[in-house]
Amino acid sequence: MSTTTSTRAPNRAAGGQAKGVGRDGFENTLFAILKPIVITLLVLVAVVPFYYMVLLSFRSLDSLLRNPGALWITPAEFDPSTYLNVLAPVSEGGQGFANFMRNSLLVALGTVALSLLVAIPGAYAVSRLAFFGRRQVSGLFLAVYFFPSILLAVPLFVFFTQIGLRGSLVGLLIVYVSQVVAVSIYTLRNYFATIPVSLEEAAAIDGAGRLQTMWRVSLPLAMPAIVSNGLFIFMIAWNEFLFALLFLVERREAWTVSLGLSQLGGSIEVPTTVLMAGSVILTLPIILLFFASERLLVGGLTAGAEKG
Amino acid sequence: MTQLAGGPGRMGPAPNLPPEPEKLVGASGKRGKRGFRSKEENRAGLTLISPTLIIITVAVVLPILWAVSLAFQRVRLINIRGTGFFGEYTLANFVNVITSDGFLDALWTTLLYSVLGTALAIGIGLIAALALQKPFRGRGLIRAALLIPYVAPVVAATFVWSTMLNPQFGVVNWFGTEVFGWEEPVAFLSDRSVPASIFGWQVELPIALITVILFEAWRSFPFAFLFLTARLQAVPDVLDEAARIDGATPTQRFRHILLPQLLPTIAVLSVLRFIWTFNNFDDIYLLTGGGAGTEVVSVRVFNYLTARGDIGAASAQALVLAVILAVLVTIYLKLFGRQEEQA
Repeated sequence: MSTTTSTRAPNRAAGGQAKGVGRDGFENTLFAILKPIVITLLVLVAVVPFYYMVLLSFRSLDSLLRNPGALWITPAEFDPSTYLNVLAPVSEGGQGFANFMRNSLLVALGTVALSLLVAIPGAYAVSRLAFFGRRQVSGLFLAVYFFPSILLAVPLFVFFTQIGLRGSLVGLLIVYVSQVVAVSIYTLRNYFATIPVSLEEAAAIDGAGRLQTMWRVSLPLAMPAIVSNGLFIFMIAWNEFLFALLFLVERREAWTVSLGLSQLGGSIEVPTTVLMAGSVILTLPIILLFFASERLLVGGLTAGAEKG
Repeated sequence: MTQLAGGPGRMGPAPNLPPEPEKLVGASGKRGKRGFRSKEENRAGLTLISPTLIIITVAVVLPILWAVSLAFQRVRLINIRGTGFFGEYTLANFVNVITSDGFLDALWTTLLYSVLGTALAIGIGLIAALALQKPFRGRGLIRAALLIPYVAPVVAATFVWSTMLNPQFGVVNWFGTEVFGWEEPVAFLSDRSVPASIFGWQVELPIALITVILFEAWRSFPFAFLFLTARLQAVPDVLDEAARIDGATPTQRFRHILLPQLLPTIAVLSVLRFIWTFNNFDDIYLLTGGGAGTEVVSVRVFNYLTARGDIGAASAQALVLAVILAVLVTIYLKLFGRQEEQA
């Protein structure tokens, strides 16, 4: 909007519609001024909390209490020991976040592997093969997707309590897979649909069986979608909170990073700045992953959005 | 929990979808051969989809059916061992839940939270998308930065917010008292209401509720931003150009050129965001624990489940939540679905 001044100049010279030009000029000036202000504000709003997180993670609790308003850090205040404390195992006086990270990583990677293993053939079937009940299956997935997870939480909580699976990472893994697999099939299906069928037909004519065609032709072509899908699943599983809380809360050694942070965040014994270091540890992998694969992810995020 | 990935992928099929497989099969081959092929295809399709179906049946469908059955039984955590699908069915849970203190309040809070949170998120997302519509140096980086609140783990985000808003050492209250001259620090997350004067009017602001709504807006505006940006890119430049030559001012061009094109996207976004906010548990549980007038139904369900151990009542409330959501979404689709299809 700000770059349009020159194109309108002849219009103004022509002299007609003096009032309209006046309003136009006013609006253009207004938006030219507002735009950078709005953009700056938005960026600040989005980023400052995370800047504050990093800032606090390098300060000691004392220095925070002495000067809560500081928005930067002096070299004298710089204190990376928070990270050592938060990562160290409980037996050594730390908070055990290294262990939480291991748990989160195991669950997240397990969810990615298992979900993709199940979702890729499923997505292929939904997008390529006419089978009995295909439409209903899609409807079912959609319903699963929009269900309140709290309604699912109640029976799963009861069931896991009954069979004594609460506190086990495997139980959590199964729930995560069931939660993401429908979404995963949906996004992959859209991608499979864009691969020309003729390629597969060509392979079939060359004598390849269905599985072979899937493995040799469709899968490599769908790789970008599969990778971005895998990243998504990783993020979901890494960030997830409700089910981790319900299933793992009583066994500290099984906590994920999210759960650990939320549980310790409520207690007074652990200094806030140490937990900020924990927050950074929780957030950093996701942000790094996001920036490393932003193009891929944003492409995946908006896949199919053009139609509105 | 699937918000992050899910939403976007399911905005309906991509525009460049090839014809449905059935039609492809139908179009080629002779009758007899086709029969053979469909049978083989049917079997292959079912085989490939079956692992998904099994997982979803075992971990989603059966549990939900069981939740429905639990909602009609008097079950507490203590007698959980002997609980199954069948028992003495009763409506007592529903009667208790609906007449209990605070349920209608929680429902009202949920509605307020979802409507305002959704509206704010879409509004801010729209402003962001419009402000970043024209290319400039560093736009890509700014766009990525705006997405951070959405991808960051909710536990970390709520933890930072509660630290920033902390009455003792939070940076917001420090600035408020030192710079803006507040008389005393504000407990944003634990005060039900604070008196404030707006242009001389004395009002009681439901501060905790306002804070969680703002948090929701902050966290989900990037989602709206992303969608609206994608839609804006698909708007042909010629329209805008023509309107400009005809002397339309920026607001007129937005009102008459851009907005009509964005409305279908905004409608879909409203449904998605409303559903997710309505179901949301994490944000409010982590920020306020449901205290200070912010108890939404999902947090209430959780408290009934864990603190009271009243499984029957918890299921009944969750079920009521799901039914209300389904009704609201159906009404919305009935009212606006037709227009969306046209668009």
